[in-house]
Amino acid sequence: MAMTRTPVRRVLDYTVLSVLAFVFALPALYLFLGSLKPSDEVLNGLSGFLPTHLSFDNYTAVLDSLNSDSTGYFWQFMGVSVLLSFVVVTGGLIVNSMAAYGLTRLKWRGQNAVFTLVLLLMLIPFESVAVPLFYMFNGQRNTLLIQALPFVANAFAIYQFHTFFKKIPTSIEEAARLDGAGPWRTFFAIIVPMSRPVFASVAILTFLIQWGSFLWPVLMVSDPSVRPLPLEMSVFQGQQPPDWGQILAFGVLLVLPVLIVFAFFQRWFVEGVASSAVKG
Amino acid sequence: MKTVESAQAAGPDRAQAVSSAPPAKPPRPARGNRDRLHGLLMSAPAVVGLIAFVGIPFGYAVVLSFYNVRLGSPLEPAFFGVEHYRRLFTDPDLSGPFLRALLNNLTFAVVVVPLQTGLALALAILLNRKLKAIGLFRSFFFMPVVFPMALVAVIWRLILARSEQGLLNSLLDTVTFGNWGAFDWLGDGLTAMGSIIVLSVWQGVGFQMVILLAGLQQIPGELYEASELDRASRWQQFRHVTLPGIRGTLVFVAMLTSVLSFRVFDQVYVLIRGGGLDEDATRTVMYQAVTTAFDQNDIGQASAVTVVFFLIVVALTIVQRRVVRPDNED
Repeated sequence: MAMTRTPVRRVLDYTVLSVLAFVFALPALYLFLGSLKPSDEVLNGLSGFLPTHLSFDNYTAVLDSLNSDSTGYFWQFMGVSVLLSFVVVTGGLIVNSMAAYGLTRLKWRGQNAVFTLVLLLMLIPFESVAVPLFYMFNGQRNTLLIQALPFVANAFAIYQFHTFFKKIPTSIEEAARLDGAGPWRTFFAIIVPMSRPVFASVAILTFLIQWGSFLWPVLMVSDPSVRPLPLEMSVFQGQQPPDWGQILAFGVLLVLPVLIVFAFFQRWFVEGVASSAVKG
Repeated sequence: MKTVESAQAAGPDRAQAVSSAPPAKPPRPARGNRDRLHGLLMSAPAVVGLIAFVGIPFGYAVVLSFYNVRLGSPLEPAFFGVEHYRRLFTDPDLSGPFLRALLNNLTFAVVVVPLQTGLALALAILLNRKLKAIGLFRSFFFMPVVFPMALVAVIWRLILARSEQGLLNSLLDTVTFGNWGAFDWLGDGLTAMGSIIVLSVWQGVGFQMVILLAGLQQIPGELYEASELDRASRWQQFRHVTLPGIRGTLVFVAMLTSVLSFRVFDQVYVLIRGGGLDEDATRTVMYQAVTTAFDQNDIGQASAVTVVFFLIVVALTIVQRRVVRPDNED
């Protein structure tokens, strides 16, 4: 880092980085360009990269073709994804941060046992409970509730909040307590406002995972009216013959919300991912 | 609510806690009692949720794996003993695809773990510099991480398309002056897994890169300055300063990647169902679990697959904890 750099080295660094970044960006570039091109010019060898005949026709065509009860409505897919993400993220922030505070900063009997239980449950990936959940909740298939509920409580989120809370000096809480604040008020009025970074990074990581969620919808959703975007992506790309322009336009509409969130909250994103891993 | 709480929390019990009269049992100040109730209340929603949606289903998976269970079957679930497990490993009809899935996951992990970790480390080192616009470059390499896997699969379906018009085929054709033609990257048993590996690494490497970058930034700059005074070459610096400095992070990343590589499902499912991906060469353990439960409606058998999957992941996680612990404790 502190290495001395000559102008030559700097030019070299930029060249290497630019070439790598360009190669890395090609698939994404292909996605965005293709979504703006006539369908027969997308899968067309290297000229798929030529920015010819650009228009938003594919986007309007996606909205037009996904516009009936049998296919589902585009805005419905989008709405379902937004709603599920909102519920999982906000619900998760509330219950997981509360649990982490109760388990980290309050003293009660059984606390260690419960915390150990949470750590053990953190070992169980969703994949290994998907099949029994599918069996247990078969009566709730095609509902919004069962799509969101299993992901609200999250052991890893509790763990992330825990690592943050345990570093807050006890003197801050003691002062609040002396001023007469109970544990709930101490938590919501003192701890939450000073823990914004961890809330931001947990929120963003949760959103990222929830937005792309695929396995659970595959098992639980067949009705287009409650189908989230990634599942519809796989349905939409399976059409015969494939209309590539429209498929890519659909893809852009699927990724755009996360890209926007990423653009605005990048710092939290990267810091959250990195800190939870390095310090965990 | 607020007034009640603040009234309770007022001075007295604080004073009590400090003065703490000599008790027979360990002192339990009043505040502790109140904390006990509130601690429990605050933890309850998440803990109940975890038990309901992770703990119980997990136990249930183990139970179901010993029963013959089907959805909508008029028959009562029958006890099956270890029959499902026996079938997974010895019944030719079932063990064929299942062992292939295990092998595929293993191949994926063996290639992806070193490849992705190495690439992530190279990128992290390249990006760990004080250059203008370095943040922009970092975002560039991180960007694919935000792409949903279902979409990544679709983009690469086009890149690897089997016709001469496929992007990769077309590129190779140009480079070889028209001697390449068409090749079915996804459909050919030899290249199908390679294709899945490439698209997965493209999507995931930014994640590992960011973790490693954070690890690199924790190495004190003085170490590099000192090594420069000692006239260390760049390679020596890498060997003796950088590598030891991020050993813990590197091991963590490698282990994380190996666990993730056993969870592979989305891209394989999308491309087998709609992209002409060779099923046998790319089926994974999770793919087996889903098809067994969903398409064959064999919940008991699928649960057994799930349990085996879990044992593999736990084994990997335990190894990870063991390896990372010693030098990563704060």
